[in-house]
Amino acid sequence: MGEYIVKRLLSALPVLFGITVIVFLIMAMIPGDPATAILGSYATPENVERLNRQLGLDRPLPLRYLIWLGNMLQGDFGQSFSLNRPVLEEVLERLNATLILAGTSFVLCSLLGIIAGVISATRQYGLADKGITFAVILGISIPSFFLGMMLILTFSVNLRMFPVSGMWPIYGDRDFNALVRHLTLPALTLSVVATGVIARLSRSAMLEVLRADYIRTARAKGLRETRVVWLHALKTAMVSILPILGLQAGFVLSGAVYIEMVFQWPGVGRMLVDAILKRDIMLVQGGVVFVASCYVLFNIIVDVLQTLLDSRIKT
Amino acid sequence: MIALIRLIARNRLALVGLVVLAALVVVSLITPLLPLADPDVIDTARRFKRPFTEGAVLGTDHLGRDLLSRLLWGTRLSLLVGFSAAMIAAMVGASMGIVAGYFGSVTDNIIMRSVDTLMGFPYILLALAIVAVLGPGLFNALIAVAAVNIPFFARNIRGVTVTIAHLDYVDAARLNGRNHLSIILGEVLPNVVPTIVVAVSTTVGWMILETAGLSFLGLGSQPPQADLGSMLGEARAALITSPHTSFVPGAMILVIVMGVNLLGDGIRDALDPRLKSGALSRPQPATKVAHFAATEPQQTDAVLELSGVSTSFDLGARDLQAVREVSLHLNRGECLGLIGESGSGKSVTALSILRLVASPPGVIKGGSVHFGDENLVRLPHHRLRQIRGNRISYIFQDPLTTLHPLLTVGTQMLEAIKAHQRITTREAQELALSLLDQVRIPDPQRVFTSHPHQLSGGMRQRIGIAMALCNDPDVIIADEPTTALDVTVQAQILTLIDDLRRERGLSVIFITHDFSVVSQLCDRVAVLYAGEVVELGTTQQIIEQPLHPYTAKLMQCVPQLGAGRRRLDAIPGLPPRADEPLTGCAFASRCDRVHDACLQQPIALSDQELQRAVRCIRPGGDTKPDQQGAAA
Repeated sequence: MGEYIVKRLLSALPVLFGITVIVFLIMAMIPGDPATAILGSYATPENVERLNRQLGLDRPLPLRYLIWLGNMLQGDFGQSFSLNRPVLEEVLERLNATLILAGTSFVLCSLLGIIAGVISATRQYGLADKGITFAVILGISIPSFFLGMMLILTFSVNLRMFPVSGMWPIYGDRDFNALVRHLTLPALTLSVVATGVIARLSRSAMLEVLRADYIRTARAKGLRETRVVWLHALKTAMVSILPILGLQAGFVLSGAVYIEMVFQWPGVGRMLVDAILKRDIMLVQGGVVFVASCYVLFNIIVDVLQTLLDSRIKT
Repeated sequence: MIALIRLIARNRLALVGLVVLAALVVVSLITPLLPLADPDVIDTARRFKRPFTEGAVLGTDHLGRDLLSRLLWGTRLSLLVGFSAAMIAAMVGASMGIVAGYFGSVTDNIIMRSVDTLMGFPYILLALAIVAVLGPGLFNALIAVAAVNIPFFARNIRGVTVTIAHLDYVDAARLNGRNHLSIILGEVLPNVVPTIVVAVSTTVGWMILETAGLSFLGLGSQPPQADLGSMLGEARAALITSPHTSFVPGAMILVIVMGVNLLGDGIRDALDPRLKSGALSRPQPATKVAHFAATEPQQTDAVLELSGVSTSFDLGARDLQAVREVSLHLNRGECLGLIGESGSGKSVTALSILRLVASPPGVIKGGSVHFGDENLVRLPHHRLRQIRGNRISYIFQDPLTTLHPLLTVGTQMLEAIKAHQRITTREAQELALSLLDQVRIPDPQRVFTSHPHQLSGGMRQRIGIAMALCNDPDVIIADEPTTALDVTVQAQILTLIDDLRRERGLSVIFITHDFSVVSQLCDRVAVLYAGEVVELGTTQQIIEQPLHPYTAKLMQCVPQLGAGRRRLDAIPGLPPRADEPLTGCAFASRCDRVHDACLQQPIALSDQELQRAVRCIRPGGDTKPDQQGAAA
């Protein structure tokens, strides 16, 4: 197993390399030069040229890439001109907030989605199944940013149950309780779409498995129905649900951008949108590379879980 | 096309989606003609008017612009952008998929590698990066959303194309020297269109959401032009004071996407029945039992008695009768053989005993199964569960599919034991290991911690047998336990079952299609045909003098050692249709002794005492009809 994990981590290196190439190429394609963006449109040509030389932008593209990559490997992600602080510092701080939000949502949507899917499958065509199926269609159709706004209106403004926005209280302790209160609405909102998708796929995976011969065997042994469904059937269904969870992690991470905007969550998504609007290329590059790496890492974890679950997969 | 619409219309929710969507499309088409206020005229004196105020049905926004007008124009824009993005993604993605799938090798590798790398990003990063390059704007947002969906289309379409590209007629076209373009357009494209349509219908709602999302972030449509997303984005600042400005565009996005998704599900169900949500049905924990009067047991000394058991598969329009009023009894310590061709109803009979026939579609429509003083057909599930695997247990046909693939042998045995016995895990484990030893498994300790796929077929079947013995049952039902094994292993397993039954005084029902197995193992035999018992007797009686012509034919199917190169006769013809009641002898159409009387009414079993019985009005040896006619 240990050997497999190392192998899997090594195989991620080319993917990470590919990500840096794509990010770099896209950023290099941005029209207009960063120096103008930094200095403003009234800058003199001499100043622009000097800044370009300072930023190393007068060198050929492959060289610039290698310098950028080399610096990154040494932990230097450059300087954000709009925030006037090192990209790495900013990104790590923001990434932390995003991972708290997305991580919570991911756990929520996995649990809720699978539970809903199993219940739906075991009561096929029953009232619970129809209810869940409808809720799922509603869930995957509602724009998360709209849902978030309506939840703020209902639970924060009218019922005053949760804070309106932010990650921490402006005055007061930054303790766990405060975090949970701030996290509840955004995490719930973010998990809705993924919960729907996971519930839908869990339902069909379960329906498929529940017809298998070994389920009949389990019943022929006289096992309780709860054990038949939640252990025998769900265990095999998980083999097809796990990859979906890996895929949904990407969707949760993506959806976090909207949720961070709506709830003023100080995450990396909001940072990226701001950076794009301000044309802060260094910040965009750093943020994208970090988020993409997190995603790659997460998918490795899913793969490892998959082999732990199903020993038939060759490691 | 009409057929497709009809199929969609059958699904009520899809129809709702279609109607809503059609209405929205019509409204957005005629929006320029409607007597609406100019959506972009700013009138700060009339800011944030509530809905239903004079001159503004839905109120006004933060710049005093008419919300109804902006809503309709915004809807028009959002629909246009969403569908365009879907079309672009479908065209580019499908082209890439077709090229990759059709040409294969290096082309395939290059295209799919880059697609995989793109999928390595959370999609929003890609969309944001593209907008960063192109600059904010609705058209650029459209390009970004289309671009992030291209990998999805490319992958799906490539999968379908690969299978089509290797079909015989495509190969033939290639060998005939038709050029690639003409083959792709003529042979490949028409076959991938349904997949493209399904892919579009399931992603277009999502694309509408995403373009609205980018506009919401301020990266899509720029003021004063507004789609629904940017309307929502602009309204967010006034969420608390004037919620209606947010609610109006948000609710519209929800309605559009919901309509698209409902319709999309309908299209997917119609075009791709495999994915249809209702196509799979889940078997209940016990076979459904129809309402009918219970019957009393006849043989009081039998350990298990079936009387008049009828089991059907209820497929809505058709009702397939798999088992028709089967009556059998199993005496203590005996081995009863159930023999018949596949489809004769022998497995369904056996599964009906503990109500393990998958239901839906299976339904027990009549009869009773008496075990001890209980009628299993009438037993509530929790009582039935206490008998299953405990007093009566099964050995199934193919242990590779009937053992759980992901649980260890040990786990599966322990749970079988602990479902019925209150003993500690340690005691259960000792019991399991001793059972593995009794079924002659070498190194039980190792097997105990193995998964089924790590063991050989014979080994797996031994485990199946050990598992059936876990709770020291009274009856074992073995459903063709040797069919999936090779011949030498078959013999070992049969010997094992025979030994165990003698050692433990088990009563066994043994299902097979093979008379040589019956002669080796069984005390009595019941021959099944078309769901009916057609002959019953001791093994010796039946082998020496088969009375039913079907039994005789079935025996001829057994190859005999030393009989030379005799041709093995499959019985010509087919059993009668299972969805119609029998009007005469079920075997008549395949019988060479058939007579007018055979067709006039269903034939009854000759002996109701069920000792030696046959369902034939002209029973006898394997004689030719004319000879018998002459004798009569």
